[in-house]
Amino acid sequence: MKRHGRHFLFVLLAGMSLLIFVYAPVSQAAFGLSDAFKNNIYNPGLLKPTDSVLKLKVGDRAPNFALKAVSGETVSLRQYRGKKNVVISFVPAAWTPVCSDQWPGYNIVKDIFDKHDAILLGISVDNIPTLFSWTNQMGNLWFPVLSDFWPHGKVASMYGVLRADGVAERALIVIDKKGIIRYIDVHDINKRPPLEDLVKELEKLK
Amino acid sequence: MKKIAACWLVVIMLLFAGVSSLTAASSPPVVGGTLPDITLPAPKDSVGKNYLDLGFFGFGTFKIPEIKAKVVIIEIFSMYCPYCQREAPNVNELYAKIEQDPALKGKIKIIGIGAGNTSYEVGTFKNKYNVPFPLFADGDYVIHKIVGEVRTPYFIGVKLNPDGTNRVIYSKLGALGGVDDFLSTLIKLSELR
Repeated sequence: MKRHGRHFLFVLLAGMSLLIFVYAPVSQAAFGLSDAFKNNIYNPGLLKPTDSVLKLKVGDRAPNFALKAVSGETVSLRQYRGKKNVVISFVPAAWTPVCSDQWPGYNIVKDIFDKHDAILLGISVDNIPTLFSWTNQMGNLWFPVLSDFWPHGKVASMYGVLRADGVAERALIVIDKKGIIRYIDVHDINKRPPLEDLVKELEKLK
Repeated sequence: MKKIAACWLVVIMLLFAGVSSLTAASSPPVVGGTLPDITLPAPKDSVGKNYLDLGFFGFGTFKIPEIKAKVVIIEIFSMYCPYCQREAPNVNELYAKIEQDPALKGKIKIIGIGAGNTSYEVGTFKNKYNVPFPLFADGDYVIHKIVGEVRTPYFIGVKLNPDGTNRVIYSKLGALGGVDDFLSTLIKLSELR
């Protein structure tokens, strides 16, 4: 009887692991939703939720950086000091499922950013031509999209959000007008951060 | 030994049941078929409540065929989808055309389901585009899985029969095209006129 019990347990466990194996790819298809991207989204599958060690914490001064934007200008963090709160949205990579469905959402809530006197800076480690083609599918974005391509992932690394495979985390960082970090969310790379979480943080800024 | 074989059989059957129900859900609703079971929370606002006219089902949750209408159009959208954003004014126009036509008002109703969107995100989309019909959140992609994980925007038209049965008459990815053309296609497919 004892042997039967063990045998049953083994079969059950084997069955459950097979089920998980079957379920995983199905749930993955939920992302990269918009038909705007058609079949051009590369699905990397389920990734390790986070894969880096933060080098900064809330209350620290945000390190300055200057990166080239898709529009051609160079944007530095310092240029907003004393003028605007800054939200940095690091995304892992162009043409991947969740990222493609994140910035287009921010694109329709400029009024929320304006209300809290904030600018959004989108950053990815992709190069400018790739970011150009990718963001073109999103319509006209009101915020700068910056390329952290060379030296590769320098800014992401400075903030401690560069993953071991060279892409950035899906991270949101809120910096106030004094240049102080007020919020850091290194999100599960496989999921989109809910908009309300960011809005709540913006509401805390004065 | 027989017991072991029985255990194996049960587990394997359970496995197949699980897998086949998933495979079934991984294709979009088929024209001519029945709409899969979708449960939604009854709207709390009076505008949404009056529009859907759920009657007895007006509290708690309801199923789409319980909406008082002859045809229901379901838009699967996302606040994060650029095509859905672009399509929003057209769907509003469709709503307006239906509401302005006494022959169609109350007979064709529209709802939207925000795939992967929280209530806040659905509310943001509703405010941004002044969407007049009810939108529902599907934060965990539960409904999105039921309708075959379609890309967005995706439109499903369902004809509700008086005997409580229903039939999918439209199931298509992408923009509506011309609003007038879409509406006349829908009227033809549903045999409303």
